[in-house]
Amino acid sequence: MPEPDDAPARARHHEPVLPEGPVRATANVCHAAGCLSLGSDLVFDRLCERVEASGTDDVGVRRVGCLGLCAQGPLVKVPEHDRLYAKVPAEPDELDQLVEQFRSGTGGLVVSEDPFFARQVKVVLRHCGSVDPEEVEDYVAKGGYAALRRAVTEMTPEEVVAEVTESGLRGRGGAGYPTGLKWATVAKSGEGGHKYVVCNADEGDPGAFMDRSVLESCPQQVLEGMAIAAYAVGANEGYVYVRAEYPLTVRRLNSAIRQAERAGLLGTAIADTSFSFHLEVRIGAGAFVCGEETALLASIEGRRGTPRPRPPYPAAAGLFGEPTLINNVETFASISAIIERGGRWYAAIGANKSRGTKVFALAGAVERTGLIEVPMGLSLRQIVFEIGGGVPGGHRCKAVQTGGPSGGCIPEELLDMPVDYESLVSAGSIMGSGGMIVMDETTCMVDVARYFMDFCREESCSRCVPCRAGTVQMHRLLDRICSGLATRADLERLERLAAMVQRASLCGLGQGAPSTVFSTLRYFKDEYLAHIDHRTCPAGVCEMAPFEMAGSGR
Amino acid sequence: MTSATADAVGARGTPGVPAGPAHPSEDRRWRQVDVRIRRLGARPDGLIEVLHTLQQLFGYLDDDALAYVSEALGVPPSQVMGVATFYSFFVLKPQGAHTCVVCTGTACYLNGAKAILRALREALGVEVGGTTADASLSLLGARCLGACSQAPAVVLDGEVHGKVLAEEITALVASHA
Repeated sequence: MPEPDDAPARARHHEPVLPEGPVRATANVCHAAGCLSLGSDLVFDRLCERVEASGTDDVGVRRVGCLGLCAQGPLVKVPEHDRLYAKVPAEPDELDQLVEQFRSGTGGLVVSEDPFFARQVKVVLRHCGSVDPEEVEDYVAKGGYAALRRAVTEMTPEEVVAEVTESGLRGRGGAGYPTGLKWATVAKSGEGGHKYVVCNADEGDPGAFMDRSVLESCPQQVLEGMAIAAYAVGANEGYVYVRAEYPLTVRRLNSAIRQAERAGLLGTAIADTSFSFHLEVRIGAGAFVCGEETALLASIEGRRGTPRPRPPYPAAAGLFGEPTLINNVETFASISAIIERGGRWYAAIGANKSRGTKVFALAGAVERTGLIEVPMGLSLRQIVFEIGGGVPGGHRCKAVQTGGPSGGCIPEELLDMPVDYESLVSAGSIMGSGGMIVMDETTCMVDVARYFMDFCREESCSRCVPCRAGTVQMHRLLDRICSGLATRADLERLERLAAMVQRASLCGLGQGAPSTVFSTLRYFKDEYLAHIDHRTCPAGVCEMAPFEMAGSGR
Repeated sequence: MTSATADAVGARGTPGVPAGPAHPSEDRRWRQVDVRIRRLGARPDGLIEVLHTLQQLFGYLDDDALAYVSEALGVPPSQVMGVATFYSFFVLKPQGAHTCVVCTGTACYLNGAKAILRALREALGVEVGGTTADASLSLLGARCLGACSQAPAVVLDGEVHGKVLAEEITALVASHA
């Protein structure tokens, strides 16, 4: 299991090099999870040593959050020259040469000209990779908390809600419920009583790392959004519910809350007004279903994370029975920009009924995996081929999976469709929280359906029968298809069962569990039939069970 | 905890601090558990947080620990057991000295996590969720570690290894077992 607290490790690390006079270059070393796993902390230490040893006083070295191009870490960005250096080595000699390049503005790639970055529009990620995630002063120096100050000193709660409503922002956790409407509902419920604001950071979809990156890169931006929300709906207490699998996120969040409290930006008398907002972190314990809002609230209350029927919605009766506003990390991270620049500005970005930007974690069979933020309405093809650089190894793009276990696989021929909530649903998938997995022809779509069903089966909380038993039976059928032991009758059974589980399950986990089956059957039925009729896996992934077992029924 | 014990004066020191139940052993780590319980207000909603603290300090949750939390927070034993077994992060038996977590998220799965798991299972002679006979290493699977850009990923004692190959990681893990 991940280590719970490695705070002392920080002490071993070098202090940032921040010259007092003017600098020619500042090396911003990525300290998000991806680059850290590739040794960016060592690069940072060595870089600090080399710069100090060289005796120059015009080069700075500092830690920043995610720089986006995770595939090519460790990354160093030099904003003075708009350059990004990839795969930075920790060898002292090579670093000496690099420091010269930093200073002269040579080498690396030019950020504003590179297609990976040029296509992106950064609202949520605007501070990612430029602020030190562990220093509140740095966030404030870049304009952070100005929106909160403005909200609590110049705006009424109603004006804040109106601004968010005008922005057209919809819940970024995946369902896309209008954020302004949700805020207005909570603001109106339980007039004057106790209320809560909760941030859902239980990023459970496999293949998704947006929330983690945002929280590890600029935790203050999320806290600021939560405080603005609390002011708008009339809450004075809040929780951030974060996965136990993200120890670094937990550590940075706790430190961010403490720092913001010390700076008078959270806690009592925020920005010298009568508004107070107290925040605590609650750590999940490895249950995917806790991403469902009622299960999440049960978990914060210290109970088993099982969902309950809605209504009542949390907006009316949530945490400890009080009105509760729950939004996802990315939703809260969008708020400060909306307050700073206005709802109208935000609504001008995007397409159709989906306004603003969306962060995606681009992974799988794509050249440039990483964290991206794009305006709604960009096409999947632009994302995969222009930003992502296409499929590596001369392979062909077969499908793009969005929405995690409740989502679906969109085939290559539909990649020109715009990325917005409605288009994705009409194609049989969902926006989801932002995981985007590119698949090439070496991926078997039946195996993918089995993989996600295995996930849902294991993660079902067992409260309702359709989900508990249905996912097990669907997984068994998919397993038989993958093993070449199924008949066409099994396929029909699978389709009937999928429709039933979708209709009859209590919460989103069960309702969404059959969606990968539906989308793969819709676009890749020939693969199912190849397994059934010809006992072959076109992608060469599935191993067929011995022939004599076929027809025995198991 | 009953209201009578909640109102009582702390048996182990500070007046005014509610007395917790008797510690299961002399182990000083129980005092750290008490500190955490007190900070959370000794309320039932602190259950998961306290279980995290216990597992962090003792490595796993045994019967004594669960009974202690039940009494200290006033949560019925059945509910404590229910929570401890519901969440996959909590373990009820001792873990190996080293832990190896294989990510089975979508990106890792498509990039060969299955082969890595198979190689590790064979090399170590344990199933996923199991611990080697000499208690040197526990092999675990994870739903997604969010290290998708480094797929397939394996976390050995908290350190993320990205883009691993089955043979390489097996040799590395075996050297810890």
